[in-house]
Amino acid sequence: MKDSLTLLSRVSAHPDSRCWFVAWNPTGTLLASCGGDRTIRIWAKEDTNWVCKSVLGEGHQRTVRKVSWSPCGNYLASASFDATTCIWMKKTEEFECVTTLEGHENEVKSVAWAPSGSLLATCSRDKSVWVWEVDEEEEYECVSVLNSHTQDVKHVVWHPNQELLASASYDDTVKLYREEEDDWVCCATLEGHTSTVWSLAFDQTGDRLATCSDDKTVRIWKRQGAGEEKGVSKDEPSWKCILFYLYRCCSCKNPLSNALATACGDDAIRVFEEDAGSDPMQPTISLTAHMPRAHTQDVNCVAWHPKEAGLLASCSDDGEMAFWQYQIPSRGASK
Amino acid sequence: WVGKMVVSSQLENANPLIYQRSGERQVTALEEDEDVVDKIDDREIFDILVRAEHPLSLEELNVLEQIRVKVSDEESAVSVEFTPTIPHCSMATLIGLSIKVKLLRSLPERFKVDVHITPGTHASEHAVNKQLADKERVAAALENSHLLEVVNQCLSARS
Repeated sequence: MKDSLTLLSRVSAHPDSRCWFVAWNPTGTLLASCGGDRTIRIWAKEDTNWVCKSVLGEGHQRTVRKVSWSPCGNYLASASFDATTCIWMKKTEEFECVTTLEGHENEVKSVAWAPSGSLLATCSRDKSVWVWEVDEEEEYECVSVLNSHTQDVKHVVWHPNQELLASASYDDTVKLYREEEDDWVCCATLEGHTSTVWSLAFDQTGDRLATCSDDKTVRIWKRQGAGEEKGVSKDEPSWKCILFYLYRCCSCKNPLSNALATACGDDAIRVFEEDAGSDPMQPTISLTAHMPRAHTQDVNCVAWHPKEAGLLASCSDDGEMAFWQYQIPSRGASK
Repeated sequence: WVGKMVVSSQLENANPLIYQRSGERQVTALEEDEDVVDKIDDREIFDILVRAEHPLSLEELNVLEQIRVKVSDEESAVSVEFTPTIPHCSMATLIGLSIKVKLLRSLPERFKVDVHITPGTHASEHAVNKQLADKERVAAALENSHLLEVVNQCLSARS
């Protein structure tokens, strides 16, 4: 199992600070990182080295917590503890802050672009989730403020091919939202985690959702029935990650279909995969890679490359990013 | 959590019980040997915490006791239980945050720092513990200059 994850390189991304989050652009040519030093950095590979192409340092007054690329790859949205979300437009070489979205009362914790590119979601410690619409003139308008959570909202993600939004919260629940008669409504609440839910990731089809929590577990939720109307409910039994805080999990899109990577507060990175031929309603999932000291401090985020099979980026409180190659352990091998 | 930390002009617990301070650390011959690397132990963590408090130390208020400090140098883990002086102490989160900040500043970065309330000693034990364990909230709190000032005051050495 040890050989399944190989370190390719390490980069000091946000020196003397922490790196909170990394995100690949849709084509995988650029990686954006953000951190406690209030900056966003854009990285590209030159030969075998990862080189910082731009530093976006003027947009935020406090920690930049998360970033999200638009589906077209021309825009980057950044969520900050300064209560704002910046929209950056990619010019030939540089990035320019074209809009600042204001409205949240305090720290914005996450931002996510919908697959259509015309909707954006943000969430905050102010307990709300906001849905923003982007029109053809690139004006951003808040179309809904969702107050379903009772606490700090930590993360938002969109369904990969539908306008279905999911959020994770300090209130230990996950909520799902959809548009209904011109307004956004909460259509499902996923209860089961016993502490803060830190992150969410849909699989490729969007039928399953992985969530990770401060209760040290990852849960896989499956949409029940064929119809969309039935919503999402928990897939029993959930399985448990026995180690410390899982801050971020991420599901791979292709071609490693459903490998799930976790970034953990115990400094480790793990990859899980569903066993071949396991019952889709009661899947058995195995730990296929475990890198105990992937970083010298908490791992905050992992992100699969959108095109290159098994290429994984990670970042940590130690300010570094690391790049890993994951290889599926050969089936049936008795190692 | 900033709102909860406005320091009241009236004392919540005007007549706290005062406890005896423990004596100075007994230094062993091995510890005096400069060629031997001393491991970080419970007493060292305890001394880091109780050396700097005012006007009464957290030790004299029995908020911190050495038996409630656990450290494993090998596992890079520190666990500190603190006991608010009264079960409704509104300063519990601030005291916990100050202890956490003091340890984060004093210890090597490899350490995982867990600060929580001694079980059964505070009305909002779970809520305070959850807040202290949330590193994102701790990070955001420490970017708040007003709150950071209060924490630093809490940590400043007695004159």
